[in-house]
Amino acid sequence: MGFLDIDNATKSYGAVEVLHNVDISVEEGEFLVLVGPSGCGKSTLLNMIAGLEDITSGTISIKGAPMNGVHPSKRNIAMVFQSYALYPNMTVGQNITFGLEMHGIPKAERDAAMAKVAEMLQIGQLLDRKPGQLSGGQRQRVAMGRALVRDPDVFLFDEPLSNLDAKLRVDMRTEIKKLHQRLGTTIVYVTHDQIEAMTLSTRIAVMNGGYVQQLGTPKEIYDTPANLFVATFMGSPSMNLIDVAVRADGNAVYADTTDDKGGKISLAFPTPSAELKAFDGQTVKLGIRPEALTDIDGADQRSTHVERIENTVTVTEPAGSDTFVTTTIGRTECVGRMRSDADVAPGKAATFAINMEKATAFDPKTENRIA
Amino acid sequence: MAVATQDSAIRTGRITRTLIYLVLILFALFYMLPLYVMVVNSVKPLSEITGGGMMSLPQVWTIEPWQKAWSTAQIGVEPTGLRPYFWNSISMVVPAVAISTVLGALNGYVLTKWRFRYDTILFGLMLFACFIPFQIVLIPMAAVLGFLGLAGSTAGLVLVHVVYGIGFSTLYFRNYYAVFPTELVRAAQIDGAGFFQIFWRILLPSSGPIAVVCIIWQFTNIWNDFLFGASFASGDGAPMTVALNNLVQSSTGVKEYNVHFAGAILAALPTLLVYIVAGRYFVRGLMAGSVKG
Repeated sequence: MGFLDIDNATKSYGAVEVLHNVDISVEEGEFLVLVGPSGCGKSTLLNMIAGLEDITSGTISIKGAPMNGVHPSKRNIAMVFQSYALYPNMTVGQNITFGLEMHGIPKAERDAAMAKVAEMLQIGQLLDRKPGQLSGGQRQRVAMGRALVRDPDVFLFDEPLSNLDAKLRVDMRTEIKKLHQRLGTTIVYVTHDQIEAMTLSTRIAVMNGGYVQQLGTPKEIYDTPANLFVATFMGSPSMNLIDVAVRADGNAVYADTTDDKGGKISLAFPTPSAELKAFDGQTVKLGIRPEALTDIDGADQRSTHVERIENTVTVTEPAGSDTFVTTTIGRTECVGRMRSDADVAPGKAATFAINMEKATAFDPKTENRIA
Repeated sequence: MAVATQDSAIRTGRITRTLIYLVLILFALFYMLPLYVMVVNSVKPLSEITGGGMMSLPQVWTIEPWQKAWSTAQIGVEPTGLRPYFWNSISMVVPAVAISTVLGALNGYVLTKWRFRYDTILFGLMLFACFIPFQIVLIPMAAVLGFLGLAGSTAGLVLVHVVYGIGFSTLYFRNYYAVFPTELVRAAQIDGAGFFQIFWRILLPSSGPIAVVCIIWQFTNIWNDFLFGASFASGDGAPMTVALNNLVQSSTGVKEYNVHFAGAILAALPTLLVYIVAGRYFVRGLMAGSVKG
């Protein structure tokens, strides 16, 4: 039993079930990120944990106590909203201490708690201002201060960074991570940004269509995605998916496809499983991350299975740190991530190194990963 | 150094501009004419009006008609002027406006932030109140007031106006709160604020502009109401509008037009004042920056 247990929770609006049997157990101090596209049910789940939406069936418990039907203010949680939801008529200081005031904590204690939080977030000089006079980043800090001051069991973040500009977003991301490392609190964080999910979390729940598609550490999610949805949703640019024919030859298993001139390519799987072997003669989707499709010098030197192919470059996109290269393998346009000074030009041939250790295969029918 | 030129998208020449202003001034004068007549005639002796000088400026300036209208004109049995009726109106308008505004705000709060089944239908029904003509409810209302023992009292009039005003005030506040971020209410819920605490501490302080709109509307309507005042208030309890009517319509003696004009201006002053005092709060965006900016 974890610190925060979501046990078989479902949510329906009338006859429409929007969240199906969600099972997640969060340990104390964990940073769980719920990630998924709009309408996948991640915010609904967060609101259910907060008590802002009721639970249709199943239970959500915090520290072993079931929270079904418990008022939000009695769950000892704090929430940071996407719009920050600062009370416009109150000063920053009043905003931060409003929750404590509502819980009947004496003024002296409130002020002490406020001072502590203000120092931690460096918002001491803002305490007498109104939210309308603050910048986006400052409001974000105040919103976090309002959550921190309560010293809650669980922090809930609902897309807290999506209203900030790109640079500030990265800064605040680091700040949140630092805060988590320093305080060691349990956090449930909702976002649609897979980079936020990867960088912040200790575990990720990828959601789609009201189902948890995969629950795991960022590395598990990234390296061994459970299905095509997770594979394409996580990672940017997203994973290349090439239709390949599986060919078993003794103990070895090959993925057969063609280069852009129609020449045959055979890519060997380094450690083929029995399940994969069973697909002999069938077509599967071969998933290759852009960084596993690179130039020879950029290839992972420790990888034992790097295949090389000659192919024509169609587009190059220099991004400063890397150069993204588009090429056609099989019938699929693939994106490779090369070193920024890789010697490539559109229309010219280049040698691509494919790290087969990082390749995954998916069953095109079930869309699940072939173990 | 480059000369700064004022190029706007719409170019208007000097002549066009003069023409526009001329027309505007003309319209303004036309609209101000009744006010001019009222003011001018309220400060001249009666003989000048009956002598045919209705449009001309007074030859002799006097505030005597104003004094008479306010304190000595014959309206009821006693020559009291409009003064007691003015206070009747005040003691009716203030509670009626306050109660209907607060109830409207509460209704708007519930209808937007504490949604329940069929709340839109309920709101639709409340909207009907805005379309019911006064005349229709006269008799049932009289019966209700009689039943409650409020017939002929100021409290009865307050009740009538509150009931009638709730439709409008609910409409105003519901539409205002509909765009009020629900996340604020949710944040307050998590902070542990109750139903009324959220209302008093979060919503109401942010409702400045709409409260002003509602108060101006309610004040004007209730102050200017004649029908309910004439129907449900008796003699000495009559509001200003009814008293003014009695003053002007009195069939005995000479018609003192200058006193009538002064009385009419006195009756219109409070609504004017409300517009002047509260009007500037209209434009203040009290909600600026509550959410993202």
